[in-house]
Amino acid sequence: MSEQENGQQNKPEKNELVRRIAEKKYEFGFTTDVHTEIIEKGLNEEVIRLISKKKDEPDWLLQFRLEAYRYWLTQVQPTWGHVHLPEIDYQAISYYADPTAKSKKGPQSVEEIDPELMKTFDKLGIPLEERLALSGTAVDAVMDSVSVKTTFKEKLSEKGIIFCSISEAVKNYPDLVKQYLGSVVPPKDNYFAALNSAVFSDGSFVYIPKNTRCPMELSTYFRINARNTGQFERTLIVCDEGSYVSYLEGCTAPMRDENQLHAAIVEIVVMDHAEVKYSTVQNWYPGDAEGRGGVLNLVTKRGDLRGVNSKLSWTQVETGSAITWKYPSCVLRGDNSQAEFYSVAVTNHYQEADTGTKMIHLGKNTRSTIISKGISAGKSQNSYRGLVRIGKQADGARNYSSCDSLLLGSQCGAHTFPYMDIHNNSATVEHEATTSKINEDQLFYCNQRGISTEEAVGLIVNGYAKEVINKLPMEFAVEAQKLLSVSLEGTVG
Amino acid sequence: MLEIKNLHAKVGDKEILRGINLTIKDGEIHALMGTNGAGKSTLSNVIVGNPSYEVTEGSITFNGQDLLSMSPEERAQKGVFMSFQAPVEIPGVSMTNFMRAAVNARREAQGKEPLKSTDFLKVMREKRKLVEIDQKLMNRSVNEGFSGGERKRNEIFQMAMLEPTFCILDETDSGLDVDALRIVAEGFNKLRTAETSAIVITHYQRLLDYIRPDFVHVLIDGKIVKTGTADLARLIEEKGFDWIKEELV
Repeated sequence: MSEQENGQQNKPEKNELVRRIAEKKYEFGFTTDVHTEIIEKGLNEEVIRLISKKKDEPDWLLQFRLEAYRYWLTQVQPTWGHVHLPEIDYQAISYYADPTAKSKKGPQSVEEIDPELMKTFDKLGIPLEERLALSGTAVDAVMDSVSVKTTFKEKLSEKGIIFCSISEAVKNYPDLVKQYLGSVVPPKDNYFAALNSAVFSDGSFVYIPKNTRCPMELSTYFRINARNTGQFERTLIVCDEGSYVSYLEGCTAPMRDENQLHAAIVEIVVMDHAEVKYSTVQNWYPGDAEGRGGVLNLVTKRGDLRGVNSKLSWTQVETGSAITWKYPSCVLRGDNSQAEFYSVAVTNHYQEADTGTKMIHLGKNTRSTIISKGISAGKSQNSYRGLVRIGKQADGARNYSSCDSLLLGSQCGAHTFPYMDIHNNSATVEHEATTSKINEDQLFYCNQRGISTEEAVGLIVNGYAKEVINKLPMEFAVEAQKLLSVSLEGTVG
Repeated sequence: MLEIKNLHAKVGDKEILRGINLTIKDGEIHALMGTNGAGKSTLSNVIVGNPSYEVTEGSITFNGQDLLSMSPEERAQKGVFMSFQAPVEIPGVSMTNFMRAAVNARREAQGKEPLKSTDFLKVMREKRKLVEIDQKLMNRSVNEGFSGGERKRNEIFQMAMLEPTFCILDETDSGLDVDALRIVAEGFNKLRTAETSAIVITHYQRLLDYIRPDFVHVLIDGKIVKTGTADLARLIEEKGFDWIKEELV
């Protein structure tokens, strides 16, 4: 099942909405000059043993990695996405880069962190000193393969909340990690999940104990810095019975001519009556105006709503990456569980995004909502791909999906691939889709009131995305709004 | 002062304006009348810089500056305003945000700081009263779900907010009932200063009962063929355009 819409139109040149494609500004394209320990390029069992050894891991985890690696070797890179994924030379990538290598045991206090790293995160708007932090937000700052610092760890631990890097969790809470790691996204789930399970480096671990409302926003900031490396984020969030947490991730990378790989896994476990909100503002380097460089963002994110009355909400604002391939999904296992997916994906120039969600209804009276807003400009391709599956036992399950596409210009594409797989007659499944273009009359009306075309596009796009942006935590909503305008700068002449 | 000299313009391959000459001094109201397709709307759109219209010959200066070399937003920022005949909807953009962007763009062009939120809302409130436009409409998207009359009222409200020095009212009276017409026209009159000049495009005398023109021009086939005073409009109301056409032969 597929609906396609191309922005093709035959209008005279002067009437074209897009008359020039200006260089897009990317604010975070700088590199940090910091001593980084990078292991030799290439991927084999020795490399995996080396990563595991560097992280001082227990044997079970090494075996977990090796098993994933051996499975990965038997698989081929998937081709079903509506993207032009280049052939990736996995032997040309280094799988571990440590910018904190100078300090021996990994930094504990702010004083021990390389000032260059501090400066970098300051510049990114993520101060690592707690007194300077955004109010009410705790941050785990990850650069390349290593967590540089996690703020407010001690304060959170007073409530029994664990918030640390996954490497640290493996050391300090091995039983919890062992219990949940790979339980939502098994290593053999897909090609990139197997790769991640073999070579994952850092990411965050969150555990919210029973009946606890996490008093702060938790967030992880991912930064790629080193050249010719891949980043293999691994995040695991467990929200125990009756608890609540709101988590946010942000990501940026330097401007480089070659592609860089970010293959992540995020697993979320939600128990009875618990609620998790997971928000992403993805701003990886998107490549230049000619489509050179940019991050390949190949991500598996899934939440398991194990408990009755559990809730999980994914909100994503995707503006970066040369290629985005991600489907934050929900398995609605517990009866009465509720899942939401709110997404804004912006593509410009030669960017390609194939993103959406999977809602797997297994429990009774489960409900899911999908709101997807795609915005395409330049020569980009933007696809929504979503699956709604209603299992045999899922009596009274409901889904509502709404997928809107907005085209700016005539050379971009918007595509919708909705899949439905219904095995229970009592289910209610609704799907709505619209495609629209910003038209010249609207832009001219704004111009006549003194508003420039770029500002007008910003106003219209932010209006269009408002329903999703409003789901983000306050501070990040403002950032996301700015990001939307910047990402589309120069798309209309 | 707006000065139009030998203006020719086309849409696609079709020449619509064939040599317009018109001088509008500060404070003057010029009514523009004429049959459908005579070029009234084309003239307005060319003045405000609509990119769908192409000027092939002639010039327009505004306070001595070459208007045709300016972008539409620059013209607006210099004080040129058009009340659209058919205002478009802009879904997702609230009237309040739209007005804020417009007012601040004008201020920026004048080298002024953007208005503070509270000050801006205060100005909104005052100007709303002037054209008796409902606060509810301000929270809606621009023109979305507005009735025909509300859209016209909203145009004059925007004029009130932007305080232009030269206005074009393009059939602002169409679709308005008698009461609404009075409110809109009186709103316009209250907003006028000694410097405000305007082109008023209309088919009917009733608007000109409120907004009294200093001059009335008749546009036929892309040319101004007759110019008179307010009496000319009354004559047209009574006798139509045929007698003018006959005079031309």
